[in-house]
Amino acid sequence: MSVLETDPEDMIRVIDEDGEVVGDVPDLSEEEFVAMYRYMKLARHFDERAVSLQRQGRMGTYPPLSGQEGAQIGSALALAENDWIVPSYREHGAALVRGVPLKQTLLYWMGHEDGNRMPEGVNVFPVAVPIASQIPHATGAAWARKLQGDDDVFLCYFGDGATSEGDFHEGLNFAGVFDTPTVFFCNNNQWAISVPRERQTASATLAQKADAYGFEGVRVDGMDPLAVYKATTAAVEKARDPDEDQLRPTMIEAVQYRFGAHTTADDPTVYRDEDEVEKWKAKDPIPRLENYLRAEEILNDERVAEIEASVKEEVAGAIDEAESVPRPEPREMFEHAYAELPPELERQYEEFAAVREEYGDDAFLED
Amino acid sequence: MTETQNLTLVQAVRDGLFTEMSADEDVVVLGEDVGKNGGVFRATEGLYDEFGGDRVIDTPLAESGIIGAAVGMAAMGMRPVPECQFSGFMYPGFDQIVSHMSRFRTRSRSRFTLPMTLRAPYGGGIRAPEHHSESKEAFYAHEAGLKVAIPSTPYDAKGMLISAIRDPDPVVFLEPKLIYRAFRGEVPEEDYEVPLGEAITRREGDDIAVFTWGAMTRPTMEAAESLAEEGIECEVVDLRTVSPLDREAIVEAFEKTGRAAVVHEAPKSGGLGAEITATIQEEALLYQEAPVKRITGFDVPFPLYALEDYYLPSAARVEAGVKEAVNFP
Ligand SMILES: Cc1ncc(C[n+]2csc(CCOP(=O)(O)OP(=O)(O)O)c2C)c(N)n1
Ligand SMILES: [Mg+2]
Repeated sequence: MSVLETDPEDMIRVIDEDGEVVGDVPDLSEEEFVAMYRYMKLARHFDERAVSLQRQGRMGTYPPLSGQEGAQIGSALALAENDWIVPSYREHGAALVRGVPLKQTLLYWMGHEDGNRMPEGVNVFPVAVPIASQIPHATGAAWARKLQGDDDVFLCYFGDGATSEGDFHEGLNFAGVFDTPTVFFCNNNQWAISVPRERQTASATLAQKADAYGFEGVRVDGMDPLAVYKATTAAVEKARDPDEDQLRPTMIEAVQYRFGAHTTADDPTVYRDEDEVEKWKAKDPIPRLENYLRAEEILNDERVAEIEASVKEEVAGAIDEAESVPRPEPREMFEHAYAELPPELERQYEEFAAVREEYGDDAFLED
Repeated sequence: MTETQNLTLVQAVRDGLFTEMSADEDVVVLGEDVGKNGGVFRATEGLYDEFGGDRVIDTPLAESGIIGAAVGMAAMGMRPVPECQFSGFMYPGFDQIVSHMSRFRTRSRSRFTLPMTLRAPYGGGIRAPEHHSESKEAFYAHEAGLKVAIPSTPYDAKGMLISAIRDPDPVVFLEPKLIYRAFRGEVPEEDYEVPLGEAITRREGDDIAVFTWGAMTRPTMEAAESLAEEGIECEVVDLRTVSPLDREAIVEAFEKTGRAAVVHEAPKSGGLGAEITATIQEEALLYQEAPVKRITGFDVPFPLYALEDYYLPSAARVEAGVKEAVNFP
């Protein structure tokens, strides 16, 4: 039986909170296990540094991902080279796996448009801030690839709150009707800012919503990177190469928790109890994978220390690089609105440039 | 003598909600994070504890649901005050706004009216992510059947919000979040109305009329003060309601000065500056001594924050624009 046939009320699991094996471990090489672990450590350290940069006024509002590394890294690693991810705004970890440099992610949250220009060959859609709005894109993009005769799969991320928006339903419905190679990956982190999961829907699970669109929906322990990897791999394989009686799309509900604030502008102590946070911290995906890999003798103190040191160095280097990028020139605001700058825009720019010339930059910039 | 409190604009919004909710059980607040969290800007802080979860309602994350449900509530005689967390997230509910909220009265020949007030913070300058900074008041002003109110002081915020909630027709109430906490002002504790559709003169002057609203009142006043040092006196008119426009006030200020500028942070083309300019053309052409100068955001998508200070009209741009109009020809 495929894992995708798991009842949506059940939960796909591979290792438990202590890293003990409770399901079939996916077939990964030692290097692949270590890479998974390192990506998670990198995402966590990046996240901690980003939050601290924001606090020091070196970055704007930032959405932290701590606690969600297992879901992001486990799923992104299940993709083949040519596959795509269609993220929301919190998937810095998944983006990293897919080749988005940390410097880009930093620049984006430092308010530079260039941060959202993914390098050529990196199959990642730009950050989508309006909730659920990227879901129909993932359906359409996957559909396009199918029509073009390619076999790329699209992995679309969104939150628990997103399942309440019309775009979620329309995107999944189209995927079912047109049988698109899309995997809908719901990061159910229990909260949509201050609104708990129970306030989004009276359904028992989010995964069961897939049933209404005619394709499979499964729940996976989102704090268990191996379970996430296993479920996503099965969904990606089915999307690429379904059996005759199967529809390509799948919805995966990854049950997890956001350890930190919704964004650096949010104060979670107003709406949730510290007890709940502690309960979920005990399920932290990183020590859990580490325990498993130590038990398997894939990791030891020395390798862990090495990884920790290299991760710190990598993040520090990315921060230096990002901070050395100067503020973009205002001309850039105008350059990407159209293929060719319309004359009225040229005129608006010139008028602006003349005032800037006369009054100087200080008349515009606060900091 | 009435008691007053020294409040910020966002506190005055909260006070207006509190006042109307205390006076009228039909007033309910609904939206994302408005309950226990008190709103992401704290505009509904404490209301959940005061009035309970049936009147301060945390909804699922769905603007079409929020606005559409408010339409249904209003049709049944309640006075819902739905909130969109940022004006940039009103669009999933745009269909409800333009297809229903604005048209229920017309469609039902006034059998149904919609006494609802859709609140949303709007505008740039707070170093926020994409879609958190736009000014799209022209969308709503273009839609017949809606009123569009934009307060720029704590006093107006409370008084205009109370007027909006009591209004028999739907009001889009846009709150300039850049100045949510920028300064405080005296706000009466009691209830009072600041009527919708009435502009206010913020500064008297004979040389040029400058029309503005929302957060742009600040750079405009700043520019007016420094221009005064050079002997240019601006009459600054805060329109406060962009639909219906106070055309009388526009014409009066223009006839006094013969010259005008409009300052808005929304893009220039198709913005309300054009409507104000056309009003002047239609009603006061013979007084006109110079082209009306529009000092606005550019016709480009609002940039991420590294460039937003260049996008938003600054006092320098207002000064330069006013001088151009005053020195014409
Ligand atoms: C259409 C829309 N409405 C409101 C918002 C404001 N907002 C940003 S994130 C968020 C909560 C999202 O919750 P969820 O979908 O669970 O994702 P999470 O942030 O928990 O990853 C809200 C309401 C938005 N970005 N887009
Ligand atoms: Mg969530």
